[in-house]
Amino acid sequence: MAVRTDPSATKTGRTHAILRYLRPNGTAIGGLPGFAENRQEIVALYRLMVLTRSFDEQAIALQRTGRLGTYASSLGQEAVAVGAAAAMRPDDILLPTFREHGAQIARGVTLTELFLYWGGDERGSDFAGPREDFPVNIPVASHIPHAVGAALAFKMRHEDRAALCIFGDGATSKGDFYEALNVAGVWQVPCVFVVNNNQWAISVPRAMQTHADTLASKGIAAGIDGVQVDGNDVIAVCDVITEALDTARQDHEPSLIEALTYRLGDHTTVDDASRYRNDADVARHWRDEPIARVRAFLTAEHNWSKDDEEELLKAVRQEVDAAVAAYLATAAQEPVAMFDHLHGSLPLALASQHALVTGREGGDG
Amino acid sequence: MAEMSMVEALNLALANAMAEDKTVLVLGEDVGRNGGVFRVTDGLIDRFGPERVRDTPLAEAMIAGISVGLAAQHMRPVAEIQFMGFLYPVIDQLVNHASRLRTRTRGRLTCPMVLRAPYGGGIHAPEHHSESMEAMLTHIPGLRVVIPSSPARAYGLLLAAIRDPDPVVFLEPKRLYRAPREEVADSGDALPLDQPFILREGADMTLVTWGAMVKETLEAAECLGTAGTECTVIDVATLKPLEMTPIMGSVGRTGRCVIVHEAPLTGGFGGEIAARLADQGLLSLAAPVTRVAGYDTVMPLPRLEEHYMPSTDRILAAAERVMSYA
Repeated sequence: MAVRTDPSATKTGRTHAILRYLRPNGTAIGGLPGFAENRQEIVALYRLMVLTRSFDEQAIALQRTGRLGTYASSLGQEAVAVGAAAAMRPDDILLPTFREHGAQIARGVTLTELFLYWGGDERGSDFAGPREDFPVNIPVASHIPHAVGAALAFKMRHEDRAALCIFGDGATSKGDFYEALNVAGVWQVPCVFVVNNNQWAISVPRAMQTHADTLASKGIAAGIDGVQVDGNDVIAVCDVITEALDTARQDHEPSLIEALTYRLGDHTTVDDASRYRNDADVARHWRDEPIARVRAFLTAEHNWSKDDEEELLKAVRQEVDAAVAAYLATAAQEPVAMFDHLHGSLPLALASQHALVTGREGGDG
Repeated sequence: MAEMSMVEALNLALANAMAEDKTVLVLGEDVGRNGGVFRVTDGLIDRFGPERVRDTPLAEAMIAGISVGLAAQHMRPVAEIQFMGFLYPVIDQLVNHASRLRTRTRGRLTCPMVLRAPYGGGIHAPEHHSESMEAMLTHIPGLRVVIPSSPARAYGLLLAAIRDPDPVVFLEPKRLYRAPREEVADSGDALPLDQPFILREGADMTLVTWGAMVKETLEAAECLGTAGTECTVIDVATLKPLEMTPIMGSVGRTGRCVIVHEAPLTGGFGGEIAARLADQGLLSLAAPVTRVAGYDTVMPLPRLEEHYMPSTDRILAAAERVMSYA
């Protein structure tokens, strides 16, 4: 199935191939996977990517006007997140980081829930849709072992499910990553690890994270297959991860997918990337961005018209606007909510602190 | 009923929990064929198989991390960290994940995991094998910290910890692993979490302690009783959340309190109890609340270990000072 292109000699003499179906201009390199022939499926991926970017723009606008907290943009990486989640089945589980909004949206987390989370409300992680998906992970790489644990539970219960864990290139420098990959290899659990290699961990570039040729090669030490995919080609991402998830579910073989993309935005709304990278480099990467690529493909291969585009943009705008309105209209929780889910039931020892918040008792002490 | 050690009682509790609930699994370094370095999981692999009694690769943070994943997926992992000295990489998982998964998802995902670790000194173990760092863990909201001090309490509290719907760190005082022995019934009855145990009643002074120091504290109480000072001895057992009512009630009657712990004095959990007594029980105090604790030194290697461990004599000296207030 895989059309692997661009083999490049590396300093160790080995060659690597990056899975890619579409050139940046949207033309196909060779044969395409079956689903790419289906207009509806590609339009669905495209819509999710456009929706993700529109959410991103609105989130930044809300933050800039004091109505949202610090926010991590996913600009330019929509194909990784959307392609990965679109490859999943509903009863698989997603373990995302803070930059995979597109994956969460594709899984059925609502935009209102995402705004609530980034607006500082725990209810944003109480997803009405994918009830067993993990919340956004902030401490880098610390969620990777969770995926192995969940996948082990699936395997022990003989369930036909897999866990998909996404993290950034910086995460591959952490012990949690190696420890999780290692045990996933030993136990052969249904788990797919996806690196969103956007080339930057805040200000530290990929070359300063590791001397390894590729991040995918880090699977070798764990006995896990590692594959590189063009992370700006949503068809390639979706295809390679669909296959990885099938292998995980059927054969209980974990795998590592390195999706090569680029962080076109700042790290977060409190970052200023101009301090450590120049505009020309960023501009160069805009030529590879994933949304234009799939739009060009749709236009050339599936008669995507100007009217189709306008209709989609309008619908997306309405969806985002409605979510913003719903988020802004949602009142904060009562202060006592701090105690509501601390334990299954409130320990007696916390009764006096609880009473302090509800105002039923006097002051401290 | 059979007389057994704490190790045997813990083993019995694990077997009981695994037989009762098929979502319970044991994991950690050497817990399988080897039965754990202290033999707490001895024989479980034969009875429940290697799927549920699972040797892990050697990586403590990973052990805790996969336990979070298992627990979020409706399993009840009981993970062993071989010694508390190797638990520190796990704190990331405890603070950032296990203790807050329920809160951050508004109850959608929960984390019913138990993390067992032998802790404390007194068995001449190598470097890094003897510290008592329980206070670090008590600072973590959403986490229960439980320490048994006898075979029967180890049995009942471990069952309670496994059945609890939230994460519990279960610290086992390894000085008490083999002795004393006591009668333990395999009743399947859990003991309450959040409740201190009153081990001895007396009207003159309250001695508060936990873990292995229960031994010296009871010895001191015996000695004091012989000399005419009757002591109440309270084993806190569940340090977090701390249920103060029995301690406050006892000190209300005796007016005098000595807190004993093996952990270093500064930032030790005795400070929390003393502060609560000062806050809510000051007017019933006839003497200052006193702590007998480990020194604020690095835990010495075995040659000096006995000089570090709070002794019965130090408890007696503190009690004498407390009794000297009219």
